This record gives sequence, C-alpha cells and structure tokens, in this order.
Amino acid sequence: MIKILFFAALRERLDCEQYLLSCDGKMLQVTDILQQLQSRCHNWQQELSRSDLLCALNQQLVPLTASVRDGDELAFFPPVTGG
Amino acid sequence: MSIFVAVQSDDFCVASEYNELRRQSGCGAIVTFSGLVRELSDNQLHSMTLEHYPGMTEQALTAIAEQAQQRWQLGAVHLIHRVGTLKPHEQIVFVGIASPHRAAAFAACEFIMDYLKNRAPLWKKEHTSNGDYWVEAKTSDQHALTRWD
Repeated sequence: MIKILFFAALRERLDCEQYLLSCDGKMLQVTDILQQLQSRCHNWQQELSRSDLLCALNQQLVPLTASVRDGDELAFFPPVTGG
Repeated sequence: MSIFVAVQSDDFCVASEYNELRRQSGCGAIVTFSGLVRELSDNQLHSMTLEHYPGMTEQALTAIAEQAQQRWQLGAVHLIHRVGTLKPHEQIVFVGIASPHRAAAFAACEFIMDYLKNRAPLWKKEHTSNGDYWVEAKTSDQHALTRWD
C-alpha cells in the first residue's frame, strides 16, 4: 500500500485527507500515481493537474519523476505559505 | 553549533529565546526575527489558521537550519513556528541566530526566512468578515531564493 496525504486547499477541494493506493509490490513513478488519482473524477482530474502542485515522498520534497514503492508515504499540496 | 527547532501551538517568549542564545560560547552577535499575524487593510481579519504537515515540517526546518550552518559560522539557531488558530498581532514565527559576527547572523536569519517561506510545509488560511481564504503563495517569495544561489 502507498499512503497518500493531501494538505490545505488541495485537501479541501478534493474533500480527502488520506488515500490508500494498492501497488501490488510494483515500483511506480509519482506521475503514474497522479494519473490513477486523476482518473477518479473530473474534480480530481482538475485539481491534481495544477502546474504548481508540490509533492513530498516520505516527507521530503521530490519532483514528479520520483519513484515510489510499497509502504511509502506520498503527499500532495499547494505552494507553501508559512512564515 | 546547536540547532533548536519547534513547531507548536503555544506562544513563544522572545526574551527567553534571546537569553538562551546569549549563553552560546563565542557568541558576539545575535539577530532575531519575529513574524506576526498582520491585520488586513480593512480590519476584516478575525483570525488565521496555520496548517502543517506534522513530521515533515520539523524535518524541513531542521534541514534549513543545517544549510545555514554550512554557509556561515554560527553558534546557535533557534527556529520556532506556531500552528493552529492565531489572532491579529499574535506571533507566528521566530528565528534567532547567535554567531561570532553580525554579518553572518544577519545573512543566516534572512536565508532561513527565505527558505522557510518556500520549503516548509505550512499553509495559512485567513478567516475574514467576507469568508475564509487560503493565502496564495507570492512569486516575490520564490524570487527571494535566487539571491542565495
């Protein structure tokens, strides 16, 4: 399983905080996972296609080309606004 | 060199942090920065909620402090970021740098704030008389990073 977390405005727009994705032990790219999530519905398609979408793998910022394996924690969120 | 990072809902005391930094051996300069909840121009901000990614936020702030430590000669870095709901004028963030020399302390403080604003997984939501709005990231904050390349 891959645990996928969503934060802030993205979490609200998707109405989803956490999503579990089965990967059957296969190594996937973040872009493959995004495609699967986008195919759920029009809203997810739109929200997860935003060009400013950020991605963290196991709590480290990564590009969408990063590889993801079983047991990983993946997170998607909008640009950060702390400080 | 010591690094202290905290992500907390509780308020912080600048004087206590300053006194901690003063205890660093070889410290000849301390620079501190505090970020506060700013009122909107029309006084319509009731409060602000800071959301974060627990675990990643602490890691990201520590990594930023470590980067600063690699670039400048620093004695100590204290970095505190609050989360949860805050009212106008409340404190949000504290950066305190102790260093042998002021130039390093000033530069490291600015570096840490610039990176925090672009790398730490924190998001602000404003609660106003007109509704609730997520704060949009500013391109000026992104551009601020280029000066450290």
